[in-house]
Amino acid sequence: MPETKKYETVIGLEVHAQLLTKSKMFCSCPADYIQGSPNSVVCPVCLAMPGVLPVINRRAVEYVIMTGLALNSTISQDTQFHRKNYPYPDLVKGYQISQYDVPIAVGGWLTIDVDGEQKKVGITRVHLEEDVAKLQHIHDAQGESYSLVDVNRAGIPLMETVSEPDMRSPEEARQYLENLRAILQYLGVSTGNMEDGSFRCDANISIRPVNSTELFTRTEIKNMNSFRAVYRALEYEVERQIKVVEEGGRVVQETRGWVEERGVTVSQRTKESAHDYRYFSEPDLPPLSISREWVKEVKAGLPELPGARRDRFVAEYGLSLYDASLLITSKSTADFFENGLRAKDTKPVEVTTKAKAIANWMLGDMTGLLNASGVELGNARITPQGLREFTDLIEAGTINGPAAKAVFEEMFKSGKGAMIIAEEQGLTQISDAGLLDEAVAEVLQRNPQAVQDFLGGKETAVKFLVGQVMKETRGRANPAMISKILLENLGTELNG
Amino acid sequence: MPSNLYDLTLHEAHELLAGRQVSSQELTQAILDRVEQVEPRIKAYVTVTEEIAMQQAREADEAIALGEKNPLAGVPMQLKDNMCTRGVHTTCSSRMLENFVPPYNATVVERLRAGLAVVVGKGNMDEFAMGSSTENSAFFPTHNPWDLERVPGGSSGGPAAAVAAGECIYAIGSDTGGSIRQPAALCGIVGMKPTYGLVSRYGLVAFASSLDQIGPLTKDVTDSALVLSAIAGHDPRDSTSIPQGAKDYTKALTGDIRGLKIGVPKEYYGEGIDPQVADTLRRALEKLEELGASVEETSLPHTRYALAVYYILAPSEASANLARYDGVRYGYSSQEDGSMWEAMERTKQHGFGPEVKRRIMLGTYALSAGYYDAYYLKAQKVRTLISREFQEAFQKYDVLITPTSPTVAFNLGAKVEDPVQMYLNDICTIPVNIAGIPAMSLPAGFVDGLPVGMQIMAKPLAEETMLRVAYAYEKATEWHKMRPEL
Repeated sequence: MPETKKYETVIGLEVHAQLLTKSKMFCSCPADYIQGSPNSVVCPVCLAMPGVLPVINRRAVEYVIMTGLALNSTISQDTQFHRKNYPYPDLVKGYQISQYDVPIAVGGWLTIDVDGEQKKVGITRVHLEEDVAKLQHIHDAQGESYSLVDVNRAGIPLMETVSEPDMRSPEEARQYLENLRAILQYLGVSTGNMEDGSFRCDANISIRPVNSTELFTRTEIKNMNSFRAVYRALEYEVERQIKVVEEGGRVVQETRGWVEERGVTVSQRTKESAHDYRYFSEPDLPPLSISREWVKEVKAGLPELPGARRDRFVAEYGLSLYDASLLITSKSTADFFENGLRAKDTKPVEVTTKAKAIANWMLGDMTGLLNASGVELGNARITPQGLREFTDLIEAGTINGPAAKAVFEEMFKSGKGAMIIAEEQGLTQISDAGLLDEAVAEVLQRNPQAVQDFLGGKETAVKFLVGQVMKETRGRANPAMISKILLENLGTELNG
Repeated sequence: MPSNLYDLTLHEAHELLAGRQVSSQELTQAILDRVEQVEPRIKAYVTVTEEIAMQQAREADEAIALGEKNPLAGVPMQLKDNMCTRGVHTTCSSRMLENFVPPYNATVVERLRAGLAVVVGKGNMDEFAMGSSTENSAFFPTHNPWDLERVPGGSSGGPAAAVAAGECIYAIGSDTGGSIRQPAALCGIVGMKPTYGLVSRYGLVAFASSLDQIGPLTKDVTDSALVLSAIAGHDPRDSTSIPQGAKDYTKALTGDIRGLKIGVPKEYYGEGIDPQVADTLRRALEKLEELGASVEETSLPHTRYALAVYYILAPSEASANLARYDGVRYGYSSQEDGSMWEAMERTKQHGFGPEVKRRIMLGTYALSAGYYDAYYLKAQKVRTLISREFQEAFQKYDVLITPTSPTVAFNLGAKVEDPVQMYLNDICTIPVNIAGIPAMSLPAGFVDGLPVGMQIMAKPLAEETMLRVAYAYEKATEWHKMRPEL
């Protein structure tokens, strides 16, 4: 597309993540609301009954401090909650308790890889607010239309991370989102699950002529429910905006919704009809001071973050930067890898070999099987210990290459141990010289032409004969031993 | 002791109950009889919980027999109808909440019930506590026991009239701009607004969160101290509640005010104040001087802006606080045909009365983009100036004394057509809420047969100083013993 050279894309992301606290943001209801039947995980406070008052969840504040520190932000000493007013039936109080001019974390950055280079994407702020209830719009068989409200989700702590408009392509946006999610997962503050709505992303996107530093009119894109949707919606929106401009039009400032089925964004709300949120400081909550001691304490307790883990995987286990980057993207993947490697004692000289083998199987066959089956790693039957045993068996020659794939598939399906599967299915490698002698003799007898070819100087005939022995042993023969025995036999014929 | 049980104060009633001279059931029955007798003329109650009250009285009698010494135990009282009571209607005198039955108690209700108080019912008020005459009740106005043609003040007009008419021994009200003190003054009783944050607001239906405060309406100063001791103290459910434990405020009732410094801010005695009310206050100040206090005129020039600040901040907060009444989860809900949005709009249209709508509109306007700086932000800045002015005054004076209300009780209907005239009733009380300081009103005389209230203001958490002055004055006068003829 020649147009894309004329324009540069400018993207900023707003990410809302539900926090994994025990209780809701301002009341003592459990935050694990998904299990509950509609309107069962509620109390007078989150139902916004008359006269109730909010009380700040300290843990939620701590989670935002953790996130702020991980994103290199400055943690505010004095922060405050505000009321964001707008009418909607899913907003039970008629206002959302959010933060306005003094968020908990200000500034910072997150790094992404662009063509092998590290690029910093600026963070504007990280603030705390509460989630809203869920509406269900019903159109029943009788033609009646009505809406139902489920208040369970109301009051779940929600952390909003706003980036600077520093991303220049949908790919950069995807990376930012993946890296941010990884950080939240490593911190243990969010599941990072986009599909169930506990991790949501809105994007602000505009285009501008290449070499311009101005910001042009942007649109805000909503309703993107997966990483893929974010990428596709942004790709679509770039092209749409370019088309508008190329046709002599102007991009309108508006909110657009991504329609997954049609693969398009559609206008939802223009700037003129935007809400006036009438922010004012929440009088029910006094300003919140975050002591420097608290920040220090939180900082000291921060777990290892994705970047540091990637570097450690390279230094400690000798993985390639590429493999390490893939493994650390999700905390559960990195944990699986490391638990596998540590499932047995490993001699220092063997670490790199063992690590490489585990990484290869995880990034190759396992990823393929997970994708194909739609199973999450956390729910997979195969265990880190199982994978380690498996790679050890290959290394020891007990299971050979062709059989390994079948054994692995069975481990993935049933969760059984590699050795058990190999034995059950007769897939262990044959290294017994006596058995192999027989097989070789059989093959030589059945393939006189190949033997003649070899004797006539055609060395590739050996390959064919090895293949025949493998076939004879249903892939279980130790290939190195076959070659050896074959050559011995052929050598005897040559000399005899 | 008075001859009628319904005329007893809380401390007198406690004495009789503790001495087993009367039972809670007898006392509660006497109050219920009195309600039956005068309520058709006074209309102080939205709900009378007769059966619950008698049950609570029985429990109190049993506890007292086992040695219960709590001064509240077994004494019948009334709650303003904006305090949530589990299982009992809490209407805020609004169509919106006419059928609302809370599933929980306000903290103040929990504390009263922990002391075995007997709740006789819920008091009438201006709708959502917005008003100064109780004429904004969506149900009916309350009448002043001293003159049935006149208003009892507001918004706690029901509680004030009920106490003055012997329809309860004491009551609990709320005060956002004078809603305890002004009706107390107009009904000739004692009303206290404690320091902001001293009494938990949890379960008090919010009007203006940064100004609302719960306090007692009582027949005398001792009762005020007793009730305050029972309801004050930190509550983890209210983040604005002051982290301070319970206290016995009756210890402040020494009667000795020698050497105490009283400031008399001249702005509260001039323009807009009935000269006869001002004169009554001057005589009260002379009495306090006789008792050994020094009295000095002072000035609080920012006072004149308090009303304007109040009518920006209170409606702004109210516009958000009242947004939850959408007819979806509780309360009135318009069920006519139409879209979800139409139903929500109609619910507000029919559920709220005109004064509530006026204030929601005022507040929404003041917070709107383009007006926020000129109104809300400016008002916040002036609020700081007013607070600072009080701080400075309290460096010189222990208390400040002013009239509570610029006039005595006015006729029903006299000001309903003119909101600004109505708002001016609170010019003496509003600055106190703006600054978050404590103040109380107590009877200080009569003008044309109608009670006049004296307002004593103190610095934050100086309720004891305030009570000491009030008690000394009360001991030296007879005003608090006057009862209306009904």
